[in-house]
Amino acid sequence: MFKTFVAAAGVAGLLASASYAADISGAGATFPAPVYAKWAETYKATTGTGLNYQAIGSGGGIKQIKAKTVDFGASDKPLKPEDLDASGLYQFPTVVGGVVPVVNIPGINAGQIKLTGPMLAAIFYGQVKTWDDPVIAKANPGVKLPSMPITVVHRSDGSGTSFLFTSYLSMKSPAWSSKVGASDSVNWPTGLGGKGNDGVSAFVKQTPGSIGYVEYAYAKQNKMAYVLVQNKNGKYPAPTAEDFAAAAAGAKWAQAPGNYLLLLDQPGANAWPITGATFILVYKNQENAASGQQVLKFFDWAYKNGDGAAAQLDYVPLPLPVKNLIRKQWTTNVTAGGKPVYTGK
Amino acid sequence: MNATTMDSETAPPRETAPGQSELSETIFRGLCFGAATLLMAALAGVVISLAIGGWPAFKQFGFGFFTSSAWNPVTEDYGAAGPIVGTVVTSVLALVIALPLAVGVSVFLVEFCPRNIAKPIAVAVELLAGIPSIVYGMWGLFVLAPWFALHVQLPLMTSTSLPGWFQAMIAGIPNGANIFTASLILAIMILPYMSAVFRELLLTIPSQVREAAYGLGSTNFEVVSKVMIPYVRRGAVGVVMLGLGRALGETMAVTFIIGNSHGFPHSLFDSGSTIASTIANEFAEATSDMHTSALIALGLVLFILTFAVLAIARLLLASEKH
Repeated sequence: MFKTFVAAAGVAGLLASASYAADISGAGATFPAPVYAKWAETYKATTGTGLNYQAIGSGGGIKQIKAKTVDFGASDKPLKPEDLDASGLYQFPTVVGGVVPVVNIPGINAGQIKLTGPMLAAIFYGQVKTWDDPVIAKANPGVKLPSMPITVVHRSDGSGTSFLFTSYLSMKSPAWSSKVGASDSVNWPTGLGGKGNDGVSAFVKQTPGSIGYVEYAYAKQNKMAYVLVQNKNGKYPAPTAEDFAAAAAGAKWAQAPGNYLLLLDQPGANAWPITGATFILVYKNQENAASGQQVLKFFDWAYKNGDGAAAQLDYVPLPLPVKNLIRKQWTTNVTAGGKPVYTGK
Repeated sequence: MNATTMDSETAPPRETAPGQSELSETIFRGLCFGAATLLMAALAGVVISLAIGGWPAFKQFGFGFFTSSAWNPVTEDYGAAGPIVGTVVTSVLALVIALPLAVGVSVFLVEFCPRNIAKPIAVAVELLAGIPSIVYGMWGLFVLAPWFALHVQLPLMTSTSLPGWFQAMIAGIPNGANIFTASLILAIMILPYMSAVFRELLLTIPSQVREAAYGLGSTNFEVVSKVMIPYVRRGAVGVVMLGLGRALGETMAVTFIIGNSHGFPHSLFDSGSTIASTIANEFAEATSDMHTSALIALGLVLFILTFAVLAIARLLLASEKH
């Protein structure tokens, strides 16, 4: 039923885009939309090829590419290898971002509180109810924790940020995994929901004793009071571009079938534990070699020239070895009529 | 002299042949009929597509869809009771707040207000209707909610002299995002519509009626409450339903400030959700078929709810006609 909606919208889209035959069309995740727009602007200026990207959300992006109404879909949540196979899609990462827990505790500054994954899960489950709970106090010797009730703030809208965060909690807590689970939107056991990063941040700022989670770029630009989260090496890295890059560098992309990889709890002393890439979805078998080639050429250009723009907008570029690996995948994974559409020029 | 002052004897002869006129009449009637049926077809199309889209959810959960307050996209267990209750409670509460205000504003404008300031006040009220709902939402989130939390919620919650039932009514997280503030925002949003229509209604009262009442020695209050409001009673039901209809479907402003938690709200100051806010929050990212279907089913429920409100309004009006 929804497919007919999408198909109808797609027909209208095709009619509309016919006049811009040379432009690339994409739709999906809102999180990377600013950097895609920035890349598209520069790309258009240098090559003349434009990109029409509609930031309609990851779910919408997946629906659109499955309905073949766009050249590529974009999603913050990677598709599982079996989903990719079932629909004939191939996915690759573009930039890295992450999730940062933020708090509003009177007298506590950014980076002053240390939490572990299981503690975060217990807090968001409503099990740990006050900030001076012995569990939190034990991990934070020397910090004066107020005896204040904890208010949990989560995203109300379905989002890749929630997916990444709940995936991390599921990974760290069997109770969370079995009772709540990981998804774009889950049945939150406690707390209240704000719409978007700004909704969450507004509620956190307005509610003393609250804890929420936002995208890294948002936390940084708004100078929010983040907490430190313990990583796989037992260290407490700070949410900085370097530490997100460390998580991306430590990840084993080559061993991930279908590039299905959440950069959660990656090894490395500096690796930020709640990191994730955002993905592009294209058909393995391109019906139109030219449009498939345009898409890969655009992202090839972005890998090569886009890191500055990405960093400026507080996204974390992929490490070079990962980019090279993805480029190599393009030559074998995306074909039209049996021939690769991207040859590395 | 223009045509309106001419009487029938001096009217110019017909310029078109009778046959031609009939043809254009037929076309005109046909076009009007077409417009009406197109509207009906669009309405039917919406209902049918909502029913088809929501069918998998109705089939899966049966009547439990309306009584269960579960809403879990991970386990694919959906129930609409929470959003339905949230929608009805916020809308009715908004109406309770807005109705006296709307009556007050329009009675003042029609009855007591000096001419030269009546116009600016009327314009200001109508301007309220022109503010996009997202602006109300942002104002609610960034201005009303913190103010409400600090100056209303916290003092009430820390006060110890309140009876237990009242404390239960106002239990919740003191941050201003709750059922009550959502209703407040809704009340402000529906106020201009209601007061504009109510004002028009009051203006239809013949001046003799009012003057007669005053002539009998009635006070202002008696004229308004015993003569004017009863005179427009039937239309007033329409005003109420107009406000309610708008409050039921309002989406963006409510989404910002209601707190968006699924399940039943347990108090006035508890966070909740409405049907429209749930759809707005989750539709874009709903990837599984059952999730999409449950949201479309919610849409159908909202449609039926709004339709029922209109139908009840019609019935009330009909019963008053005798």
